Amino acid sequence: MSAPPSPSPTRWFKALRRTRLGDTFLKASPVVCTEQLKRARAAFQAGRMAMESFRLAQLEALVRMLAEHECDFVDALCRDLHKPRFETVVSELILVKNEALYAINNLSKWMEPQHVERNLATSLDECMVVSEPLGVVLVVGAWCSPVQLCLVPLVGAIAAGNCVIINPSDTSFHTAELLHRLIPSYLDNECYHVLLASASDLPEIVDLKFDHVFFTGNSADGSKVAQAAARTLTPVSLVLGGKNPCYVDQHCDVSTAARRIAWARFQNAGQSAAAPDYVLCHAEAQVRLLQALRCSLLHFYGADPRESRSFGRMVNAENFNRVRDMLGKSGKVAVGGQVNEAEKYIAPTLLTDVEETDPIMQQEIFGPILPILTVRNVDEAISFICRREKPLCVYVYSSNRKVISRLMEETSSGSFCANDSILQSLMVVLPFGGVGASGMGAYHGRSSFDTFSHRKSCLLRSTRIECVTYLRYPPYEDRNLSLMTWASTLSSKSQGWCQIL
Amino acid sequence: MSREQQAVERARTAFLTGRSKPLDYRIGQLKALQRCITERQKDISDALKKDLNKSEIGTPLYETLGLEGEIMLAVNKLAQWAAPRPVEKNLLTLSDQVFIQPQPLGVVLVIGAWNYPWAVTLQPLIGVIAAGNAAIVKPSEVSVHSSKVMEEILPLYLDKVTPPPPPCPVWSDCERDVPVVTGGVSETQELLRQRFDHIVYTGNSSVGKLVMEAAARHLTPVTLELGGKSPCYIDKQCDITIACRRITWGKFTNCGQTCIAPDYILCEPSLQDRVVEEIRKNVKEFYSDDPKSCVDYGRIINQRHFRRVMALVEGSTIALGGENDESLSYIAPTVLRDVKPDAKVMQEEIFGPVLPIVTVSGVDEAIRFINEREKPLALYVFSPDNKLIRRIIDETSSGGVLANDCLVHFSVSALPFGGVGNSGMGCYHGRHSFDQFSHLRGCLLKSLAMEGVNKMRYPPHTAKKLGWARFFILQQVDLGFLGRMAALAVLAVIAAVMLQRYLQ
Repeated sequence: MSAPPSPSPTRWFKALRRTRLGDTFLKASPVVCTEQLKRARAAFQAGRMAMESFRLAQLEALVRMLAEHECDFVDALCRDLHKPRFETVVSELILVKNEALYAINNLSKWMEPQHVERNLATSLDECMVVSEPLGVVLVVGAWCSPVQLCLVPLVGAIAAGNCVIINPSDTSFHTAELLHRLIPSYLDNECYHVLLASASDLPEIVDLKFDHVFFTGNSADGSKVAQAAARTLTPVSLVLGGKNPCYVDQHCDVSTAARRIAWARFQNAGQSAAAPDYVLCHAEAQVRLLQALRCSLLHFYGADPRESRSFGRMVNAENFNRVRDMLGKSGKVAVGGQVNEAEKYIAPTLLTDVEETDPIMQQEIFGPILPILTVRNVDEAISFICRREKPLCVYVYSSNRKVISRLMEETSSGSFCANDSILQSLMVVLPFGGVGASGMGAYHGRSSFDTFSHRKSCLLRSTRIECVTYLRYPPYEDRNLSLMTWASTLSSKSQGWCQIL
Repeated sequence: MSREQQAVERARTAFLTGRSKPLDYRIGQLKALQRCITERQKDISDALKKDLNKSEIGTPLYETLGLEGEIMLAVNKLAQWAAPRPVEKNLLTLSDQVFIQPQPLGVVLVIGAWNYPWAVTLQPLIGVIAAGNAAIVKPSEVSVHSSKVMEEILPLYLDKVTPPPPPCPVWSDCERDVPVVTGGVSETQELLRQRFDHIVYTGNSSVGKLVMEAAARHLTPVTLELGGKSPCYIDKQCDITIACRRITWGKFTNCGQTCIAPDYILCEPSLQDRVVEEIRKNVKEFYSDDPKSCVDYGRIINQRHFRRVMALVEGSTIALGGENDESLSYIAPTVLRDVKPDAKVMQEEIFGPVLPIVTVSGVDEAIRFINEREKPLALYVFSPDNKLIRRIIDETSSGGVLANDCLVHFSVSALPFGGVGNSGMGCYHGRHSFDQFSHLRGCLLKSLAMEGVNKMRYPPHTAKKLGWARFFILQQVDLGFLGRMAALAVLAVIAAVMLQRYLQ
């Protein structure tokens, strides 16, 4: 484990940025990208990644990289976010390994053409969907989980047979540097490149023309990336943020719920896109919930979380200031509230008496503060959630199946989880992504493979059975039409429709 | 509030009432759409005759039969499509419910095209309604009569969940040579300024980019069905007679104004004469000696497009046809021979009854030729050799591939229809429409029990907890069925042991 951060990390960080990623370097990132793009396109044309064996080898190399350099990753994430070793290994490294292993195990199946249901007319033909790579894709990561957010999409892109340019966030500078150093030693140098660039350069980089852009980050940058992509008709996937609501019902085991909520909210010092952003608590459960949360926090981080090795820090001064400013202006601090600017430390904080109009309810918090709002019943909670933009996740804690069903059916969000948080975003079998303001497109597991593939329809007919097709040729006659209409109604009951063409 | 803003507001209000969510409602709307098409067939035919000189039989054949089929499929399968889709579970989620739940998106804008004004505009609408959304339909006013009829009849059958589309603003959206919309620019821009939950656009790339950019400002996802130059490779070993018959049908239907029409032919020089001859024979058989007077032969949509297509012919040798009449927007079925790759006609999608033949030395050159260009919407290959066909499938990219025929892959609902690269993004037809206009939401339902298993993830973190986490979470390389059973047995033993300790 590394030593605690030095007294003025902010200044040190800024100095490092000036010397390493100086202004000239940042300005040149579109230039660097042009060169990388040229090499990647040439590599794609050469067609090496069409082979399953090539893709498998790259995925296995990725798994090796994570295993062999676990300490380096732990170290980098500690410097960037004061992330505890446990969180790094479990939520970053193991997650990527799982995705890679899942892809390795299933790649043959995914690469096979999928035969589809035929109708009467095509029963003698071959109808299938072939998954083909898109070409060269751009993966832009975010700083809150810098390894996972770059490498999980990378797994999908490699599995689908694309060349990739990865742009890790420059805010989590050490991790970006580490990826920049390690990836060329493990993955094919012509097909995969790491680009160090800032968010402001992204529109210019996207203009260089990729075959897909996968972006994780905030909505403002996401919209700019999407607009740039539109200019070149480049499809995009956006994983943005949102205020993820968490409804706590009066019928539930409050102490367990509190433990799970506290774990989800305060890991990585609250800087996690899938964490519950605020709690809507049923009036009857409010007091118990607050007490249970207080207990959980004490148990997790001790009396002074600043001393705990399990608690993180804000990533930089900008975010620290943003979150600290929200503290003073919203509701009442029930637990926590302490800050330390030098360390970018904000204590795990619970707020009560929060109004919907407070500043803390106007933006995604992305910090270790959990506002608790009271609602009288489920209806009020549902209408509160529906009044706002669709978030990335909706959470509900209740032992009542009906309440869970109602929350699930009457709200919309990227994903949904009952009686726990974040876990649905870690599963390879569930598509993870946003909807509406929280993004578009999904990934994880098979969804990653599909996101980075083009599913090409192929219909292979023969030229032998011409007699059947004569019905469609002009000159058109009524009898032809009635025959075709009759044939359509015949098969309509079983398969939908048939056209003798 | 502008008229467009009002229309969107009304649609959103209707959606928020939740009316369009129950399956019965959606099925009712789909059946109403079905009735609209069957009962008003005459009005639809008349409009198409005026717009594109489509024959009375051509209407159901190319426009409405397909729609009716899609509607019936959606009605029959809706319950299955809308149901939660379970996914595979692992050891940690054995006692949980894990599934994908399709949900409606909200208000969807459907922008139609003029070449098959009914098929292309209403087919996405079927998927939009099936997925439980509200919709705004914006038919192309280039097909003046059809959009007028659509504006009149749709609201009579569909509920107010689909508010009457705004009175057709006078603007042209699909003018291929004009990157910026002319005429009622303000109305178009006003509509695109509104916020939708999804936009479907069928048309050309220039306007497609504008639609996507406008959508991007609201973070709205789009489905774009654009065009491209769909190549058609004829192998020397294929049955040229039948191949040319199918190509003639595919190309000259709707006067070549089909997004998936074979745009140009690639074949060896030795085949060229034969190809021209066969096409000549088939044109005569389909459209008689004088296609101008044939009721089954269409017209170019308007004079602007007529001039555009005629200009493309310049500089190339006409092997067949070439006759034209601007006053009637009539262009005869035309074949060009020995066309050079840099000829005018090879620089943009033709969208007219002009079929250039470009000679290539063989399949290698054909593949190179195709790959040097933008990815098209469709790719056709005529050959009896399966290996050659597979090679072309593997070494080129396009929206779809059809071997030994033209156009018909559009009619197989199980195949996703859509473009890639410059030819578009997203896909639809059948179940793919439903999925395209839904949000597929990942859902995990756990219980508050079994907390013991979770203990390893809570702080304060210890090396021991990390060890347990690795064991439980990390997926090993597949051990096969026996391996999984063994792992399950070991887990059961461990769980029993832990439970015992817990109870003590």
